[in-house]
Amino acid sequence: MTMGATRPLRRWLGAAVLAASVAASAFGAHAQEGKTLRFAFQGTLNALDPYTLNETFSLGMFGNVFEGLTKRDKDLKIIPGLAESWETVDPLTWRFNLRKGVKFANGNDFTADDVIFSAERVRADGSDLRTRIPADSEWIKIDDHTVEVKLKSPNPILNYEWDTWYMMDKEWAEAEGAVNPISAKDTNPGPRAFKANGTGPFVIESHEPGVKTVFKKNPAWWGTVEHNLDQAIFTPISADGTRVAALLAGDVDLVDPVPVQDIPRVNGDPNTEAMVGPELRVIHLGYNQIRDELATSDVKGKNPFRDANVRKAIYQAIDIEAIKERVMRGLSTPVPLLIANEQFSMSGDFKRWPFDPEASKKLLADAGYPDGFSFTMDCPNDRYVNDESICQAAVSMLAKVNLKVTLNAQPKAQYFAKVLAPGGYDTDFYLLGWTPGSFDSWNVLTNLAGCRDATGKGGPFNLGGYCNKDVDALAAQILVESDIAKRDQLIKQAYTILTEETSHIPLHQQNLVWGKRKNIDIVQRPDNQILLYWAKVN
Amino acid sequence: MLAFAIRRLIQAVTVMLVVALISFVMFRFVGDPVNQLVGVDTSPEEREALRQALGLNDPMPAQLWRFIVNAAQFNFGISYQFKQPVSDLILSRLPATLELAFVSAFFALAIGIPLGIYTGLRRNSWVSRTILAVSLIGVSLPTFLIGILLIFIVSVNLGWLPSFGRGETVRIGSWTTGFLTKSGWMSLILPSITLGMFQMTLIMRLVRGEMLEVLRTDYIKFARARGLSARAINFGHALKNTLVPVITITGLQVGAIIAFSIITETVFQWPGMGLLFLQAVQNVDIPIMAAYLMLIAFLFVMINFIVDLLYVSVDPRIRIDGRA
Repeated sequence: MTMGATRPLRRWLGAAVLAASVAASAFGAHAQEGKTLRFAFQGTLNALDPYTLNETFSLGMFGNVFEGLTKRDKDLKIIPGLAESWETVDPLTWRFNLRKGVKFANGNDFTADDVIFSAERVRADGSDLRTRIPADSEWIKIDDHTVEVKLKSPNPILNYEWDTWYMMDKEWAEAEGAVNPISAKDTNPGPRAFKANGTGPFVIESHEPGVKTVFKKNPAWWGTVEHNLDQAIFTPISADGTRVAALLAGDVDLVDPVPVQDIPRVNGDPNTEAMVGPELRVIHLGYNQIRDELATSDVKGKNPFRDANVRKAIYQAIDIEAIKERVMRGLSTPVPLLIANEQFSMSGDFKRWPFDPEASKKLLADAGYPDGFSFTMDCPNDRYVNDESICQAAVSMLAKVNLKVTLNAQPKAQYFAKVLAPGGYDTDFYLLGWTPGSFDSWNVLTNLAGCRDATGKGGPFNLGGYCNKDVDALAAQILVESDIAKRDQLIKQAYTILTEETSHIPLHQQNLVWGKRKNIDIVQRPDNQILLYWAKVN
Repeated sequence: MLAFAIRRLIQAVTVMLVVALISFVMFRFVGDPVNQLVGVDTSPEEREALRQALGLNDPMPAQLWRFIVNAAQFNFGISYQFKQPVSDLILSRLPATLELAFVSAFFALAIGIPLGIYTGLRRNSWVSRTILAVSLIGVSLPTFLIGILLIFIVSVNLGWLPSFGRGETVRIGSWTTGFLTKSGWMSLILPSITLGMFQMTLIMRLVRGEMLEVLRTDYIKFARARGLSARAINFGHALKNTLVPVITITGLQVGAIIAFSIITETVFQWPGMGLLFLQAVQNVDIPIMAAYLMLIAFLFVMINFIVDLLYVSVDPRIRIDGRA
């Protein structure tokens, strides 16, 4: 009875396999046409509105399809993008000369109207990129290819983040009903969330969020083509083992990231290699200084972290070189500041406090804690490279100077819910990573070290609530100082205070690790954007 | 019969409500979805406005009630991450999961039943002993390990089959199928083996046990005495009688295959519902999580409901108990 039942099934299978081979040969012929780059990343690409989410990976992906007024080159220097050139007429007026002959993917011309439209749209309710341009700046069309920006206060870093503020087509947006940005709270954006019309070197041919996205070369692009791709296929692969296996098996050409423990495997395969470089993100530890009494400590009635000597003692108990060698397997760059070495011209003038457990014990004894004290450390376990291991290492290092630290490591979703503003900044000691979107110190000084209130106003990511009015005053000056040399001096002053007072413990820049097949050439910038327009398949 | 069905139906609805309640309680501990929705620079005020707009600040009973009322109309809201209606997302991922489940179940039956028969008939041969020993490994290794091992051996070292994904798919109406392309079939092999491995060993052991049982019964002895051929006895009489429990178990296991494909889909980056669910957990995408849990609960409740009804129609004793 069962034997009989399989017979028609087998016949049906035979027919299916036949159909499959016919279909496969058709697909095979199709794939022959041009060069394809297949790449995988751990996260997904969701809505295609470039103003919905201020996040590196998505913005990098959009950079293949859209363009900003400025761009950044392979060394992250600002270069002309859709603006051919610009000048500051006076400290409050900037003039941008737009590139001529640029067309959007739908054939529309790129003009000053599109810039004015994009400037309105990026500041509109629902945009996650509102900080890209000052809210009170005035945008004036001089002619079809000239735009003037009137500022209320001088801003030397006005265009620092414009490489990821992408120009959108006014007519297209009006036709698609996409005049307003799709906000995170938009309940039913409809199909407009999944269409993209940019001026960039690629167009998006198909997009299934969480499954697959196909980029096609834009034959009408205005720039000099440096890639040799006809298409690029993006697949999100969240499981580390699968991502690495897909690279080793030759099913993808490029993966980001490769876990540090898999680097030898990737380099050991004759067809693949790991690409390693510093990332801009700086990992740091922070102390709660805003509470009158720590929530998790056996010290009652006062907050030991308010004492700068206690903070320095903890700093000096942490062996950053051991973390680099053991935890990061050599793939980190210890830093003295809360900003990456590349991002501040005078970072070379600063040094980390030396690792010195004896000095640390002495500082603790002098501060009145000869037998140490206890507290809890909060740590994410799936956000940064080896984050939980870094925290475990720190806990055991602190134990050697008699500090009894309990580790509370959680997935990022729970961790951030606890330690950020919505959770009431509920942490005594924590680990956080930070990349200034503007590549500039002002962002760091305000976000990580600005005096904040209970809701986070003033320094939203200053979880520990460090506060020094002098640093705030310097930050306010830095914001409006347009003389670069003077400005750098002010920044240096601010960082000197932070270092002297041990406001935080800067740890290291983690390294980026991509894996690629050897026949692929691609540029790995420290900002971790995957830029197809510099990719070559040989 | 009708009273029994109605009583069962009421129980089924209760189970669904309890699942909704438990999942809602759990969502309070999965983290803050707002963090996954905005960039790091977004101000606390904007975050608060977002929480308000998403209804996350409403009291729990209000959120639960809203969810149940909408779910009863098959409206599961909009995914925070994907900005698409959850019902559309689940429908678009359903074909991948169902095709994988179907092929896995087929694999489990097509391999499990013959092996079960063989080991039942030749229970002392060394081949049988080897199969049983190996099957023990299959049943005790966790799914993700089997998956990763298969990927590394078959895809990475041998290079025979793709390591992830569904291959090329063909769209037929709203259904996407991998059955019509070569790469689609090639992509199905490893995940199906991984997912069906446990069921395969289960069915094999079940068939073997039933065969051993049946072969000891009187009517087989009589059949032997009548001088029937071994083939007729083994397949015509013995096997037929072992298949009733196998069919029951297979039916229940199909539910399990669909529900527990989460791990396999993650390991193979199989774009089905399980992967969607896991991504949702990582990103605190509560609408997707809620819909998926409800869907799986519904699946199990329905299977059990149908099985109960079948039992009643098959076995009159339950009917009498039910009336009492």
